[in-house]
Amino acid sequence: MILVTIKVNKFKCGYCGACVGVCPAGALELVETWIEVDDNCTSCGICAKICPLGAIEVSR
Amino acid sequence: MKDYYDVVVVGAGPAGSITAKTAAEKGLSVLLIEKRQEIGDPVRCAEGVSKVWLRKHINPESRWICADVKGSRIFSPDGTMIEMAEEVAGGEVGYVLERKLFDRVLAYESAKAGAQVFVKTRATGLIIEDDFVKGVRLMHWGQEYDVRCKIVIGADGIESKVGRWAGIDTSLKPVNIETCAQFLMSGTGIDQDYCYFYLGNEMAPSGYVWIFPKGGGLANVGIGILGSKSGKKTAFEYLNDFVADKYPDARILEVDVGGVPVSGSIERTTANGLMLVGDAARQSDPITGGGIINAMEAGRIAGEVACNAISEDDVSVERLNEYEEKWRSTIGLEIDNSLVVKNVFINFTDKELDGLAHSLQDVNFSSMSLLDLLYALFKANKKLLWDLRGLFRNVVKNELDFDH
Repeated sequence: MILVTIKVNKFKCGYCGACVGVCPAGALELVETWIEVDDNCTSCGICAKICPLGAIEVSR
Repeated sequence: MKDYYDVVVVGAGPAGSITAKTAAEKGLSVLLIEKRQEIGDPVRCAEGVSKVWLRKHINPESRWICADVKGSRIFSPDGTMIEMAEEVAGGEVGYVLERKLFDRVLAYESAKAGAQVFVKTRATGLIIEDDFVKGVRLMHWGQEYDVRCKIVIGADGIESKVGRWAGIDTSLKPVNIETCAQFLMSGTGIDQDYCYFYLGNEMAPSGYVWIFPKGGGLANVGIGILGSKSGKKTAFEYLNDFVADKYPDARILEVDVGGVPVSGSIERTTANGLMLVGDAARQSDPITGGGIINAMEAGRIAGEVACNAISEDDVSVERLNEYEEKWRSTIGLEIDNSLVVKNVFINFTDKELDGLAHSLQDVNFSSMSLLDLLYALFKANKKLLWDLRGLFRNVVKNELDFDH
C-alpha cells in the first residue's frame, strides 16, 4: 500500500482554513485550532501551494 | 439547546450574525453556532470597511472602531503615488474595525433579537431527507447532537463545508483565492488618516500590500497574493520581505493569516432548505478582497427570505431563489464587475502598472470610489483597459441617473 497524504505542521499552522477552502476532494477540516485530513485526500498538493504560512507538506 | 429551530445558522461572523439577527427579529426561532470558543478570534481580515454601508446595519461604536480613514494612497511599483481623498467636509469614508469586538457585538445583536448562540459548537454534517436539508449534526463540548430545522444557513467562511454537504461545490481553484498574511505593527510611522496600498509583481504577485491604520500608532500591514502565484514563496515570506525592507525597526504585535475568495459569483448558493452567505457563498469582492459589507447585505437578505419561505411553508430551492435573485441583483453586480477588473489586473506587468499610475498624475480625485479611479484610468488608457469598457457603460448611465 502506498501512503498518500499530506502533513500539516501544527507548529506553523495558523488555522485559517484557506487549505480547506481549496481542497477539491473535501478531505480537510478545520477543527478548532488544527487541520484534520481524511481518506479522501488525493495528495494533489493545492493546499500546500496556497498555505500562507507554508505549513503543509505533501508526502508520497 | 433545543432539538428543533426554524433556522440554524452555522458560523458567527458578520454574515451569520446578521442572518440570525434578521430572522430572529422576524419572530423565527434561531440557533446561531460558532465552532471557535471566542467569536471573532483569530482575525483573518484587514478590517477596513465603508462607513456608509456599515451604518445600514449597525450604529458605529468607538469601542470597536480603531481608526477613521479619510483617503487612500496607492503606490505603483516605481513608487508613483495616487492619492484619493474625500473632500466633502466631515466626509471620512472608512473605518478600520477591531474585528474581535465587532464580530462579538454582532453576535450579541442577534442574541438580543432572540437568537440562541452557542460557541465551541461545530457542525459536523447535515441531516438530509428526501433531498431536503432538515437539520445539522453538531459537536458541542465533545458531545454530538442532531438539531432539526426548516432552513440551514451556511455562514461558515472560507473553509465552508455546509454547501459541499448539500451538493454545492464551493471549492476554490488557486486562481480564485488570495492567500494572505498580516502583522499588527507598531512603529510604521504611517499617517493614521490614510490607507496605503502597494502594487508590484516582485512585492505581491497578482495582489497587493496594504497598510491600514489601527489607531494609537498601530497598523495592520498585510499582503495578499493570488493562490496560483503562491508556493515557492509563501504570503508570509513576501510579507516578511516587505517589512524587513520598509519597516526594519517596527515591532510585530500580532500575526494573522487567511484566504480570501476572489472567484466572483458562484453558480448556486441555495439548495432545498439551505442558503449560503458571506465568504461561504464566495461573496467577497474579487478586486478589493473586502467581504464584511457583502456578508452583512447577504445576511439580511437571507434572513428575510428565510422568514418569507417559512411563513409560506415552502423552503424548496425554487422558493429560496428569491435569495439568489436579490443578492445577485444588488451586491452581485459589483462582485461581477470586480471580477472583470481582477481578470485584467492580475495580468499587468510592473511596467504597465507604472504606466497606469503615471497617466493619473494630473488627475485630482475627490472621492475614494474604486470605480471613479478605474474610470479615470480607462479614459487615459483605453487600449490597455479595453476589457473594462463594459463597466463604464453602467457608470456613465448611473452618473446620468444621479443627475436627474
